[in-house]
Amino acid sequence: MTLATLIALPFAGGLLCWLTARYSVAACRWIALLALGIGLAWTLAYWNHGSGPDGWILEEKISWIPSLGIHFQLSLDGLSLLLIALTFFLGLLSVLISWHSIHERVGFFHFNLLWILAGTVGVFLATDLFLFFFFWEMMVLPMFLLIGIWGHANRNYAAVKFFLFTQASGLLLLVAIVGLAFAHQQQTGQLTFDYNQLLGSQLQPLAEFWLMLGFFIAFAVKLPAFPFHTWLADAHSEAPTAGSVILAGILLKTGGYGLLRFVLPLFPDASETIAPYAVLMGVIGILYGALLAFAQTDLKRLIAYTSVSHMGFILLGVFAWNEVSQQGTVIQMIAHGLSTGALFILAGFIYERIHTRDLDQMGGFRTLAPRLAAFALFFAMASLGLPGTGNFIGEFLILLGTFREHMVLTTLAATGLVAAAVYSLWIVQKVFHGKPGKTQSLPDLNRMETLILTLLLLGLVGLGLYPRPVLDVAAGPLEALRTPVYVTAVETALKEDAP
Amino acid sequence: MNPADLQALLPILIVAGGALLVMLVLSFKRSQTLSSLLTLLSLAAALASIPMAMSADADRIAPLLVIDSFGFFYQGLMLILTMVVTIFAHSYLEKFRMERGEFYILLLLSLVGAIALAQASHFVSLFLGIELLSVSLYIMVGYIFTRAKAIEAAVKYLFLAAVTSAFLLFGMALIYARLGSMDFITIAHLLREHPLDDPYLLAGSVLMFVGIGFKLSVVPFHQWTPDIYQGAPAPVTGYLATVSKIAVMAVTLRFFYSMDLHQQPGIAAALTLIAAASMLVGNLLALFQDNVKRLLAYSSIAHIGYILVAFIAGGERGPEAVTFYLSIYSLALLAAFGVIAYLSPSDRDSDTIDHYRGLFWSRPWIAVAFSIALFSLIGLPLTAGFMGKLFLVSAGIQAEEWLLVIWLAANSAIGLYYYLRIVIAMYQTSDDPQSEDSTAPPFALIIGTVIGLLVLSIVWFGLHPESLNLWIRALSTQP
Repeated sequence: MTLATLIALPFAGGLLCWLTARYSVAACRWIALLALGIGLAWTLAYWNHGSGPDGWILEEKISWIPSLGIHFQLSLDGLSLLLIALTFFLGLLSVLISWHSIHERVGFFHFNLLWILAGTVGVFLATDLFLFFFFWEMMVLPMFLLIGIWGHANRNYAAVKFFLFTQASGLLLLVAIVGLAFAHQQQTGQLTFDYNQLLGSQLQPLAEFWLMLGFFIAFAVKLPAFPFHTWLADAHSEAPTAGSVILAGILLKTGGYGLLRFVLPLFPDASETIAPYAVLMGVIGILYGALLAFAQTDLKRLIAYTSVSHMGFILLGVFAWNEVSQQGTVIQMIAHGLSTGALFILAGFIYERIHTRDLDQMGGFRTLAPRLAAFALFFAMASLGLPGTGNFIGEFLILLGTFREHMVLTTLAATGLVAAAVYSLWIVQKVFHGKPGKTQSLPDLNRMETLILTLLLLGLVGLGLYPRPVLDVAAGPLEALRTPVYVTAVETALKEDAP
Repeated sequence: MNPADLQALLPILIVAGGALLVMLVLSFKRSQTLSSLLTLLSLAAALASIPMAMSADADRIAPLLVIDSFGFFYQGLMLILTMVVTIFAHSYLEKFRMERGEFYILLLLSLVGAIALAQASHFVSLFLGIELLSVSLYIMVGYIFTRAKAIEAAVKYLFLAAVTSAFLLFGMALIYARLGSMDFITIAHLLREHPLDDPYLLAGSVLMFVGIGFKLSVVPFHQWTPDIYQGAPAPVTGYLATVSKIAVMAVTLRFFYSMDLHQQPGIAAALTLIAAASMLVGNLLALFQDNVKRLLAYSSIAHIGYILVAFIAGGERGPEAVTFYLSIYSLALLAAFGVIAYLSPSDRDSDTIDHYRGLFWSRPWIAVAFSIALFSLIGLPLTAGFMGKLFLVSAGIQAEEWLLVIWLAANSAIGLYYYLRIVIAMYQTSDDPQSEDSTAPPFALIIGTVIGLLVLSIVWFGLHPESLNLWIRALSTQP
C-alpha cells in the first residue's frame, strides 16, 4: 500500500458510504469503520519503521502540474505518523458515536465525515506546498456541510462563520505559498513547490517576514490563537458531536502541525522575530480562553473555550523552539485530541438524554448516572492536567521548555493551570453534583458508550504514564525541523569528506 | 482572397451558412427541434473545421482578420459553449407556445460576430463583430416578450449598447484622425513614435475603453448587468455571460497586447483601479441579492475584476491565466444557468434563493451539479475554479502585483458568502411543499446529461488542469 492509498481509503470509503446508505444504513457504517480501521492499522504498522537517509519513512512523488512545477508529493515521518494515527483513531470513534445519534441522511453524513479525514490525512502527508494547500482547503467544505446540515439550532451562522474564517485565511496562505515559490524561482531559476527544496531558500528579510505572516495567520486561525479564535466556540457548540470531536481533536491540530512543519523551518529568521509575540499570543490565549470558559452556561461552548486555552500551550511550545517544549507540543496535541474529544462525546451523550446544553438545567447527575459521572470526572481531571494523564506530560514539558526562554510569560502561562482547575471542577460541580434539577431519570452509559470512553481513557493514561514511545517517534523529525537546512547540508558534506 | 484564406475562414463561413440554412428550412417547416438540430449540426461542423482551418496556409486576411491559434482556441471555446446554450434553449423554449425557430438564427448570427472578434485585428472588424454580436442579443434578451421584465431588459440593453457603440466609434475615429490607420499592427508601430499623452490618442483610447468596459461590464460601466441578466431567459443570460464576454475579452487581449497598452503607466493605473473597483463593487452588491440571476450578474463583475489582475500582470503567464480562467469560469457559469433553466417553470425563471431551498433532498443530482458549479465559482479544490485562481495568483505574483493579489484574495473571501447562501439553502431541509411543484423540463434527460458533462469537465480540469493548460500555453498570437 502506498501513501496515496492512505488518503484514497477514506476518500473512496466516503463515496461508497454515500452510495450504499440508500440500501443499507448499517453497511454504510461498517464500510466507514472498515476504511478507517485499515487506515489505522496500516499507520501503526509503520510505527517502528526506520526512516530513510533524508528523514522520511516513506516518500512518493508524481508530476501533477508541470507548468508550475507542482507535484503530487507525499512523505511520511514520525510527526505525521502520530497525527495520522490520531486522525484515524478519532475518526473511528466518531463513526461509533454517530451509530445511534445520526439517523437522518446517514450516507451523506459519513461521506462528509470521511472526506474531512481524507483531507486531514492529506494535510499531514503533503510535502508539496501546493498539494498541502489543496488538502488544507479540501477538509473545510465537508466540515462546513457537517455543521450546516446536522448541527444544532444556530448551525447556519456557525457554519458560515467557520467557512469564512478558514477560507479567508486560506487565501492568504495561497498567496504566501505562491509568493514563496516565485521568490525561490528568482533565486535559483527553478519554479518548484517541493518542500524539501524550498527549505533552502534564502529570502530577503522583508519578503521572508511577509510570507511568514501569511503562513502564520492561516495556521493561527486554525489553531485558533487568541485574536482569531472567535469562530471556534460557534462552530463547536453548533456542530454535531462527531463534528465537534473531529474539529477539536484533529482540525485544530493541523494548525499546530503547520507551524511546526512549515513556519519554523521555512522562515527561521522571521520566525525568530515573531517568536516573542507568538508566545505572548499563546499566553493571552491560555488565560483568556480559561476566563471565557468559566463564563459560559452552554456546556459545549465551555469545552470549546477550554480548547482555546489548551491550544495556547501549543503556540507557546512551538515558538519556545527547543526540544523539550516541542516534544511537549506533540504530546499536548495528542492528549488534547483525546481529552477534549472525550469531553465533547460526554456533552453529546448528555445532550442525547436531556436535549439541552444549558448548564443551569443540569445538576445531580452523579446519583442518576454514576458511570457517566465517573468518566466525566476523569476527563475533567485530564483537562486540568492531572499527573498521570497525557495532558500533564504535555503541559509540563511545554512549560519546562519555555521557562528557559521566556521566564515571565511562562509564569503567567502556568497560572493558566489554576484557571483550568477552576473550569474543569466547575463542569463537574455544575453537572454532576448538587440537587437534581428537572431531570429525574437519566439512563447511564450503555456498553458502546462505555467502550468508547474507555478507549479514550486508556489512551490518556497510557500517554501519561509511558510517553516514551511517542516521544521517540517524534524526536527525529522534530530535531530535523529545528535544524536549519544549511547546517544539515554542512554536516552531510563533512561526513562525506571524513573518510 | 485565395482558397487558403477561405479555408482559414471556414468556422465563420460555416456558422454564417448555418444561419442561412436554418432560415431557409424554417420557411418550409416550422419545427423547433429541426431548427435546433440544424444549429447544433452547423456548430459541430464549424468546430470540426477548426483543425482544417488551422492547417491553412494563411496568417492574415488583410487587413481585417488574423489567423492564429489564439483566435482558433477562442473560436472553439465559443462554439462549444454555444452548442451547450442551444441544447439548453431548446428545452427551455419548448415550454412556450410561440414561434421559436427564429431564436436559432439570431443565436448563430450573434455567434458569427463573436467568433469574428476572436480574429479581429482592425477597427472595422472589431466594430462589425461587436455590433453583430449585440444586435442579435437585443432580440434574444427580449425573446420571451410576454414577460414584462424581458422587454424592459431588452430596451435597456439596446439603449446602453447603442450609446456605448457610439463611444467606441468616436474613440476609433479620434485615433484614426491622429494616426491615419485602423489596423492594430500599424497602430502599434505608430504608437512607438507618438507619445500617448497626445490629446487625440488619450481621448480616443479612453472612449474606446468605455465601449469595451461596457461589454465586459466592469465598474463603472456595470449598471446594466443585473437587470439584463435577470430579465433575459436563462439560456440567453448564459450566452451573454459567457460567449459575449469571451469574445470581447479575446479582442481586448489582442488589442492591448499587440501594442503593450497594459504596460503604459497611465493605462495600467486605470486598469488597476477598474479591476480593484470591479472586484469590490461586484462582490459587495452581490451580498445583498436574493435573486440568483442578479447575484450571478454582480459576481460576474467581480470575476472580470479577478481576470483583469492577470491581464494587467501580463508577462508570460498573464494571458494564459486569463484564457484559462475565462474558459473554466464559463463552464461553471453555463452549468449554473443550465440548472436555472432546468428548474424554471414556464411562467418565470426560478431565480430566487427560496426556489432552491431543500433542493438537495428533493433532487440530489441536480443540486450536486449546481453545488459543484458554485464551488468552482468560489474556487474550492477539486474544481477547476481552484486551479483558475492559482493561475491568476501566480501571474499576479510573478509580476509582483502584491496589492492586487491580496485584494483578490480578500474579495474572494467576500465572494464566498453569497455563493454559500445558495448552497446552504439547497442543503436545508424544507418543510415547504413549494419546492416540490416543479416538474422535469422537456428533454430533461438530454439537458441533464449536458449539465453533467459540464460538471465533469469542471472536476476533470480541477484535478488535471494541465490537460487544458498545455493547449493554452501552446497558443500563439499573430501580430
